[in-house]
Amino acid sequence: MATKISHIIAYIILILLAIIILIPLAWMLITGFKTNQEMFLSPFALPQEWHYENYINAWNQGIGTYLKNSVIITVLATALSTFVSCLAAYPLARLNFRSKKIWVYLVLGGLMLAPQSSVISLFRMVKMAGLYDTQTALVLIDAAFRIPFATFLIMTFYRSISYSLDESAYIDGASTWQIFTGIIVPLSKPIIASCAIVSFRAVWNELMFANIMLQTTSKKTVPIGLMNFQGMTTTNWTLVVASMVIASLPLVIAFLLLQKQFVRGLTAGSVKG
Amino acid sequence: MRKRNQKTAALYLLPAMLMVIVILYVPIFINLYESLFKWGTMSTSHKFVGIENYIRLFKDEIFYVALKNNLIFTVMSVIFQIGGSLLIASVLEAKFLRKSQNFFRTIYFIPSLLMVTVVGITFKMIVSPSIGIINPMLELIGIDASAIDLLGNASSATMTIAAMSQWQYVGYTVILFIVAIQNIPAELYEAAEIDGAGAVRKFFSITLPQIKNTILINTIITITGAIREYDEVFVTTNGGPGHASETLATYLYKVGFRNDQMGYASAIAFFIFIVTFIIGLMQMKAYELDEK
Repeated sequence: MATKISHIIAYIILILLAIIILIPLAWMLITGFKTNQEMFLSPFALPQEWHYENYINAWNQGIGTYLKNSVIITVLATALSTFVSCLAAYPLARLNFRSKKIWVYLVLGGLMLAPQSSVISLFRMVKMAGLYDTQTALVLIDAAFRIPFATFLIMTFYRSISYSLDESAYIDGASTWQIFTGIIVPLSKPIIASCAIVSFRAVWNELMFANIMLQTTSKKTVPIGLMNFQGMTTTNWTLVVASMVIASLPLVIAFLLLQKQFVRGLTAGSVKG
Repeated sequence: MRKRNQKTAALYLLPAMLMVIVILYVPIFINLYESLFKWGTMSTSHKFVGIENYIRLFKDEIFYVALKNNLIFTVMSVIFQIGGSLLIASVLEAKFLRKSQNFFRTIYFIPSLLMVTVVGITFKMIVSPSIGIINPMLELIGIDASAIDLLGNASSATMTIAAMSQWQYVGYTVILFIVAIQNIPAELYEAAEIDGAGAVRKFFSITLPQIKNTILINTIITITGAIREYDEVFVTTNGGPGHASETLATYLYKVGFRNDQMGYASAIAFFIFIVTFIIGLMQMKAYELDEK
């Protein structure tokens, strides 16, 4: 009897939590279909008419451009950081050389550096390099900040691959490049995929550098674009909400499709084994 | 052999390490150097002032407001994203919930997939006295909400942003803890059950000690995040009203990019660096413990 009651209490708490999580989400989804007036006057009611055109207007008002920019920047930065991390992790995990320890510490040290503490210097460096207001600058910076974590994660995985594999390939006369591309990378595909997903999520959400390094509206990414949107169209709130729904869909859909890799990527950094 | 390896290794390492050194490490040193000067991007004057910027920092009232707010974020995050999530995770791992676990954890996880901008603007609208739903809800249960403006009042702004952040990330750490709990050998629990241990007893004598490294690492990551706190505040209040919800990072941004006091902003940046670096060293130690 006592366990029954405690089970019911547990269920009630879990359901309450779910409701707290869902209210803002539901509000967002429904408000995106309303008119401004309806949002002000009857915030809890369903829209009298479902205004699908809010989404079309949102797209035309610029969220489409921001999404395109975000996709380009995120894909490039993720690909770049994952690629160079795959390369860098290889000698750190599987070759013996003199200065190895220094490089491992350089990677681990990079994990501790807060982007906030280098933002001013980076701003000046980017200006001096003539890269201010270019998406190139953002791709390079976003990619670089993902490298320590990615390299660390991939390196840990490379180490778990049996060394007898490359030794026998070595005896057969394979070069390190052949071993790397033929044995190590194919075996590491799952962790590389997880790693790419985690980096993708981080770059996709990146706000501070995107805010500081880009000036031209047509070059901006979704997080900054939404902020501008909000400032510009203060009267048209439902359009802002519709834009936010559009902006959220890519990652939510990706999660539903790739749930397994997502969870593995997220947990790999904090739970090993 | 070793020499040849050295050359090969250099080729593999070059692109990543070049990026890390130039973009992550070099700015820290430039930043330390520049924090000793009085300068701005709009003026040509670049005057050496020694540690004056740091002296100013420790006399600056807003710095202490920001520090207090970062502390609020830290405490709230540890309570909810570590304590709360751990509790939720272990309840979800209980046998009677196995079937509905996936349902709950997917719902809890969704907010962490949204951009901070999206969450920030949504909450800003929801808690707004004019267009929101929170104040009418409070009225419904008989609370006079006429004076309540969660983000607009200095007394409630920081707590509201911190609460929003918990709404977004609790589900994220729930998943981390669930995976950690699932890695605990089932025999441990079975043996405890034979001994007649209840749920609470099992939690304290098996779950907690078995996943203590995960807890430690997540706590450190959570604290680091709270000290770097920028995004949520920038999107919702931008440090306002006045400087009431300022954090170190938003203050640094304003001092540097709005007031063009780059030298002083560099000093704030260096302070953030020192604090996160010390905590980072602890993280490294935790990883080392995990390796063993």
